[in-house]
Amino acid sequence: MSKMKHGFFLLTIVIAGMAMSNSYHLQLLTFIGINTLLALGLNMLMGYAGQISLGHAAFYGLGAYTSAVLSATMNWSPWLALFAAIVLTTLVAFLVALPMLKLSGYYLGMGTLGFGMIVFILIRQWSTVTGGDSGLVGIPALSLGPLSLASGKAYFYLVWAVVLMCFVICERVVDSRVGRALRAIHDGEHVAAAMGIDTSRLKVGVFVLSAVFAALAGFLYAHLVSFISPNSFDFLVSVRIVTMVVIGGMASIWGSLLGASLLTLLPEWLHVFTDYEMVVYGLILMTIMIFLPQGLTRGLLDLYEQSRTIYRRPATSQEPTANR
Amino acid sequence: MLRVRNLKCYYGKIRAINGVSLSVRPRELIALIGANGAGKSTLLQAICGLISHWEGEILFEKVSLRGFKPPAIVQRGISMVPEGRMLFAPMSVLDNLRLGAYLRYRRRDHHGIAEDLESVMDLFPILRERAGQPAGTLSGGEQQMLAIGRALMARPRLLLLDEPSMGLAPFLVRLILDTLVRLKEQGMTILLIEQNARAALQIADRGYVLENGQIVLDGAAGELLADQDVKRAYLGKDYREFYEGRA
Ligand SMILES: Nc1ncnc2c1ncn2[C@@H]1O[C@H](COP(=O)(O)OP(=O)(O)OP(=O)(O)O)[C@@H](O)[C@H]1O
Ligand SMILES: [Mg+2]
Repeated sequence: MSKMKHGFFLLTIVIAGMAMSNSYHLQLLTFIGINTLLALGLNMLMGYAGQISLGHAAFYGLGAYTSAVLSATMNWSPWLALFAAIVLTTLVAFLVALPMLKLSGYYLGMGTLGFGMIVFILIRQWSTVTGGDSGLVGIPALSLGPLSLASGKAYFYLVWAVVLMCFVICERVVDSRVGRALRAIHDGEHVAAAMGIDTSRLKVGVFVLSAVFAALAGFLYAHLVSFISPNSFDFLVSVRIVTMVVIGGMASIWGSLLGASLLTLLPEWLHVFTDYEMVVYGLILMTIMIFLPQGLTRGLLDLYEQSRTIYRRPATSQEPTANR
Repeated sequence: MLRVRNLKCYYGKIRAINGVSLSVRPRELIALIGANGAGKSTLLQAICGLISHWEGEILFEKVSLRGFKPPAIVQRGISMVPEGRMLFAPMSVLDNLRLGAYLRYRRRDHHGIAEDLESVMDLFPILRERAGQPAGTLSGGEQQMLAIGRALMARPRLLLLDEPSMGLAPFLVRLILDTLVRLKEQGMTILLIEQNARAALQIADRGYVLENGQIVLDGAAGELLADQDVKRAYLGKDYREFYEGRA
């Protein structure tokens, strides 16, 4: 079943890659892939384990800047730089998670928000290394041995291959005892502990996992656009990732794809986004929370089921309409 | 098997348990009775490592549980059925049972887990029928069965239950308690916390009465049932008529 799903997904990617010739569209799809990674990681933390993070852009930025600085300024191979970025992110996420995940609810939200701001300010102020507000240029394109990944199409394939890989990882985690334990923590941390689940260890683990996903997305972003500046990693971006998760549906791996697609495409189509981005995200979050608390994916599926039963009913029951 | 000596538990500066001592021997069924707020749940949570701010001594099979985290305690063979069931409501009945065996999955004891899933579902056949259904959609009685089944999935040697009869119709209380008797006959050691004193004492070997964080009475269950003080304080109004035929 899930093999079929992955096969279908792979096929879609290949067909999309072959059919797309417009480089703007290809780039848009590539961005969707990068955002899907961000949403997927946060969904593991928020949707499954029930721990909110309002500072996920920090890890996105950490991945992007570490790799950019090492490869552009210090001429490291980007792959080595990626490795360093992941190690650094793991370390930082671990150190942040230890005290932070003792908090919960609003306090955890506040804590992660603060962390996001600290990283953002660091990136802006440490201009000798990061280039500060004027950004960092000359981030090299990627290549795999002799194979250059500089073209839009090659990069598209790379990003979506990574997305597919991360989907598989997440599905495996979710279907395992660890996934069950994460949902148990979401539902009741105290009882989860009574079952023998080491709740703090699992929470730290899933926090690190989601941070690494974000760093990976940051790496892919940096080497795609070759120029990064602090604004791509500010508070608004953290909110955007949360919105993607909420739209797609908490605890829905494939929902992350939908949420990321919508929030990548909508700003391209609707120009209100450029001026009132924050307001629009706020409205989306409120509307979804009130009307479709399970997210758009689940909500649409439910609507579909409902419409089917409503559609069927008149055929089976021939009651006189006066009864209604 | 379990020995608690001079236990004192604190919530901040408030002392909820005030020097409790009790013991549970292998294959015994012990009832701990007490009114609301007596400190029953607090005592149980201290044994399970869910509150760590306590003084005194808790020994399980001669090993002190001081400083042990809940996973280590479950690992040693203590499993609990929490007050108010506390199931993972959105998750399926099967997943709830599997979560009870969490540590055994870590040890890759898949064969043993499959065996115990069968035996729990034989014990409570309704759980087999409902296996795919979210736990939150079960009736109160079914939820209590699931909570007990989930605790059994850890394959404990000592089973702690916190007011399993709470909110259940008398015939369900009876069914649950009969199950405990059966488990005891199969070799389980049980510490049963109850407000429903009559029902609990009728199946127990010995009992303790907890009041304001202290043990005020203890003895053989039959003696406690006959005790005037216990009668006045705990046996007055609970399900006398339904238990006339037992004992
Ligand atoms: N988290 C807490 N913080 C502060 N005080 C608490 C807390 N939990 C319980 N207490 C207090 O400790 C005392 C014992 O509570 P406990 O829950 O152990 O009673 P109980 O015997 O289980 O009662 P019940 O029959 O209502 O379940 C009570 O006075 C209660 O107010
Ligand atoms: Mg209680």
